[in-house]
Order: sequence, then structure tokens, then C-alpha cells
Amino acid sequence: MALVHKLRGIYKSVLLSSVSQSWSKDIQKVKPNLFVRNTSTSKPSYEKKEVNVTFIRANGEKLLAKGKEGDSLLDIIVNNELDIDGYGACEGTLTCSTCHLILTKEDYDRLPEKPTDEELDMLDLAFDLTDTSRLGCQIIMTKELDGLQVKIPSTIYDARS
Amino acid sequence: MTNSGILLKCLRQLSSQNIIPHICVVGAGPAGFYATQQILKSINNVKVDIIEKLPVPYGLVRFGVAPDHPEVKNVINTFDKIAQDIRVQFLGNINVGRDITLYELKQYYHAVLLTYGASEDKKLMIPGENLKNVISANHFVGWYNGLPNHQNLNIDLNKTDAIILGQGNVAIDIARILLSPIDKLKKTDITSYSLECLSRSKVRRVWLVGRRGPLQASFSIAELRELLKLENCKTYWRSNDFKGIQDIVPNLARPRKRLTELMLKSIEESSFDNRICDKEFHPIFLRGPVEFLGFDSVENVKLSVNELEGDHFLKQIAKSIGEFEEISCGLAFKSIGYKSTQIDPSIPFDLESGRIINSSGKVEKGLYTAGWVATGPIGVILSTMANAFTAGKLLAKEVELMKQMPGYHELQKFLRKKGICIINYEGWKKIDNEECERGKKLGKPREKIVDISEMIEIASN
Repeated sequence: MALVHKLRGIYKSVLLSSVSQSWSKDIQKVKPNLFVRNTSTSKPSYEKKEVNVTFIRANGEKLLAKGKEGDSLLDIIVNNELDIDGYGACEGTLTCSTCHLILTKEDYDRLPEKPTDEELDMLDLAFDLTDTSRLGCQIIMTKELDGLQVKIPSTIYDARS
Repeated sequence: MTNSGILLKCLRQLSSQNIIPHICVVGAGPAGFYATQQILKSINNVKVDIIEKLPVPYGLVRFGVAPDHPEVKNVINTFDKIAQDIRVQFLGNINVGRDITLYELKQYYHAVLLTYGASEDKKLMIPGENLKNVISANHFVGWYNGLPNHQNLNIDLNKTDAIILGQGNVAIDIARILLSPIDKLKKTDITSYSLECLSRSKVRRVWLVGRRGPLQASFSIAELRELLKLENCKTYWRSNDFKGIQDIVPNLARPRKRLTELMLKSIEESSFDNRICDKEFHPIFLRGPVEFLGFDSVENVKLSVNELEGDHFLKQIAKSIGEFEEISCGLAFKSIGYKSTQIDPSIPFDLESGRIINSSGKVEKGLYTAGWVATGPIGVILSTMANAFTAGKLLAKEVELMKQMPGYHELQKFLRKKGICIINYEGWKKIDNEECERGKKLGKPREKIVDISEMIEIASN
């Protein structure tokens, strides 16, 4: 168990260093991890297989993250402390659309769980809605999805700044 | 960024090396917190004071979001983290415009950001608006959510028919609160006095009236779906309202298409629905309020029969065809939207649209605005978030640091001299704690305290 914790610590620190590159673009030095939610909606399980996900910002910047089978993409963003403004405001309760992500057609079609009416209802309120949009809180990682690449939509906020 | 831009920034940073920006945010609702989040992210060494008229924070998340939608209130967790940042202070119980002017605030802060929302109703301006039991949606929502101003709402629920004029999400919230089984509301943080009143309610039929047609309906699909699924409640559409709609559906963009399809599906299903339910929901379209009728209290609402004018459905307007319909109802709600107020005469304000005149959040040098007071009362929390991020970022980029500003230091001296008791975040936490304790005893998540002097007393202990 201790070894697992250590490994977890190592990959976290590696990830954080890659994420900090994105922060350096900001005007002034910022305080890291301040507003990132630190709770996960799924229980951590060390027996489950590790999976990789790449989140691609609207400007093309790639954020690499690791998670486990059974994690939602929202969990992975939270657990990896990825710095995405306003992401996951309702904390995965299907009452907002701030965890909106855009998939490729191929990935969208191969996801085992199709979106429910309730998820589509929320997506209908999202900015930059596409036919392959999903909510990150509803996409559960499986080992088949390892290596998944998803786009973070440019919100009105990004587009105007 | 251009070279001159970088140069300017360097110059600005050199000249302002030892000056800590003091920012004042007026209004502790979602716009205020989200803008603060962006300011903190952009400037490392900064002081942000969030001033709030009430002793308690979170604005419409506390006083607007319906009690049976607790998940929406999860955003409070983010606001709580922002408020606990050492660079931020929550300063409650300060009424800008009464306790302190905007001019005075500008003497203490490098920049002021106005995020005080939209707390007034739009008026219908029709005869009978002042009859008893013609209730403003805003007041009713404030009443069940424990807004101090509206705790003593004069409402008589001993009526069978209620009409709601307007079809936005607030109108839907009101319909749901009136039509929900009381046992469902008991477990929410709805105020005990309103729960008690609702438990004796005789309202069994709720009309939801829109001036335009189904294609212009302003409720969101999630809100409608929830209402259609309500236990022991049956929906009655008027199929005449939907003439020709089916043919247009294929040409609609996805959100409007799905919403329209849901309504059409519900019409179809209701024709097979033989249930006998205690409660009825009657959404009706193409009817505009003309007059409230009644002697002392409202008894009928006179509606004009409308048709739509214009080519594109999004731009079509409702026009009366000169025929009228009366609906008998002992209770009427006006839910046609909010507007903001000019809390200080020096704020450039458009009285017509009820919002602060601004360009992408900038009002004038050193003065910014975000949220409903800036955009008008439209959109869900996501739109307010996006808008507040833009304004917060702009403020952080532009704030001029020509000289030291005293910030909180002078503000609190000024207010103390005037006898104003400032409630800080620690004080709010005491209120929060007390509310949760009281809620626990009643088997609900929270029992809100609605009396301002009681809030102050608890916070000051």
C-alpha cells in the first residue's frame, strides 16, 4: 500500500509540473490548486487498472492526466488538479453543463453508455454544443478507453479574452 | 500580446512594485464570487473585499435557487473556498448607496466591481395589478427561500386555481413548488413558515401562461421534464397551441428541437393518460395578460388571444387579435422577469433595461460590473460564470496602481463611525452553523434564519 501511495505521489508531481506550464502563460504568478475541487465522486481503488486521458484545450494545449477504471472524466480532472476555469460547478450531479467535453465521432460512438435525456437536457444549455458533446461527469473510464483524447470547448469566456 | 503591451505591463509592474491592489466587489452572489476567483488567479498579491447588503453570502444561490434543487447549490463549495482565501474578505451587512456611496468606495479601493444582481420585478402595468393575491414571483421565491424582505408576504393559498404569467424557469419553479407533494418539500431547506402555509394550500390547478407560442417558450427542457414527471400531477396542453409546429420541428436547432419534441410527446401521452390526479398543470400559449379582475382580491384574469407576427420564429412578436379569454383564479403570479436598480446615483444606468451601462464589464475607469446587473436577468449560472470571468479578468488586467489605497482599513473605520456592524465570514459561519443545527432538529438540511437582527446577534456572539 505504501508503495502505491509513493507511486501515486510521483505521478502526481510529474503531472503537476506539466500542468504548471499552462499557468506560466498567465499574466502574473498564480497560486496553484486553489480552487480545484479536492473531493472525488468515486471511491479510489488501487486494484483497478490505470488509464490515461488527454484533455485538449481550445488553443491546442494538451493536458495529460491519469485515472483509474471506473473514474469519470470529471473525477480525473479533479484528482489531477487540472486548472480548468469553472469546470464541474455542480460536482457531477447533472444540474449544470460546466463539465462539457467534445469527443471525436469515433470515440462518441464507442462509449458504452449513451447519454440519458437528463444529460442531453443539460448539454442543450452548454456553449459550443456539438453532436459529439458529452458531460465529463457522465463518461466513465474503462480499460478500453485508455488513451482517450477529448477537447475542452472554448467557452464564451475564452473566446472573448 | 504586442510588444508595446508587454512594455506597458513591465512599466506598470515596475512603478507599482510595492502597491497591493485593493479591489472592492459589491454583491456576494455568483457573479461576485466568480469574478473574485478570476482576480485571485490573475494577481498573486491582491486584496479583495466582497461587500454584501445582507449579513449572509451567496445571493441567488441561497435566495433564488429552488429548495428542491439542492444540487445546484453545490457551487457554494467553490464560493466557500474563495471566501476562505487569505486575500479575500467577506463583509456582510453593508448597504452600498445607503451606508456608503460609490464615490467613497472609490477613495478606498483601486477598483470597484458591481455585482449586485437584479432584485426588482418588472411590472406588467395593467389594471388590477394591486389586487390582493396578485403576487410578484420575486416576492414569492424570496418568501419560501427566506429572504428577509419578503418573509411577511401576504398570500392566501386557500384557492383552487393559480395562474402564473410568464414561462421562464422562475415560473416553472413556482409551479413546481405549488404542485409538489408537501412531503417532498419537507426534506428541503425551504423555510418552515412557508412550508406550514403550503401544507394547508388548496391550490390544485396551476396555469402557466405565455404570450407567444411553444417555439418561443422560455423554460429550459430540464425544468419542464421535471414538472411533467411530478408525482400525482397531470399535464393538460391545448393542442390548438401547437398547430403547424410539428412541420417546423425538423428545421430547429438541437436545444429548441428537443424542447419542442418533449412538449409534443407529452401532448401525445396525455391523450392516453387516464389517471385521476390531485393536481393539474395547464401550460397555455398565445395569451397575454390584459387585466386582473376582482373586488378586493383577484378572481379572474383577462387574457388577450394573440397571434404571432414576423417571419422567423425567434423574432416573432405576439399581437392581440382583439379576442379575449378569462381564466378564473384566486391567486395570480407575475413572473415576467427581474430588473436591477441604480443603487447609487453616480452609476451609469439604463433605467429602461434595468442594468448598468457597460462594455464587456467595464463601466468607466476603475469601475466594472458583472452578472445580472450588467447583462440583464437572463441565463443560467453558467452564463453568469462566463460573464464574471470576463469582467474579473479585465479588471485584473487594467487595474491602475498609481498610489497606495487604504482598502478595508479605512472602510471599516468609516463604517464603524456610522455605527454599521460588519459581519465577516467567521460571523456567517456561525449563522451557517446555527441554521444547520436548527435544520437537524427538523429533519432538514437547514432552517434559514430570516431576521436580520437575529443573524447579526448570532454572528456577533
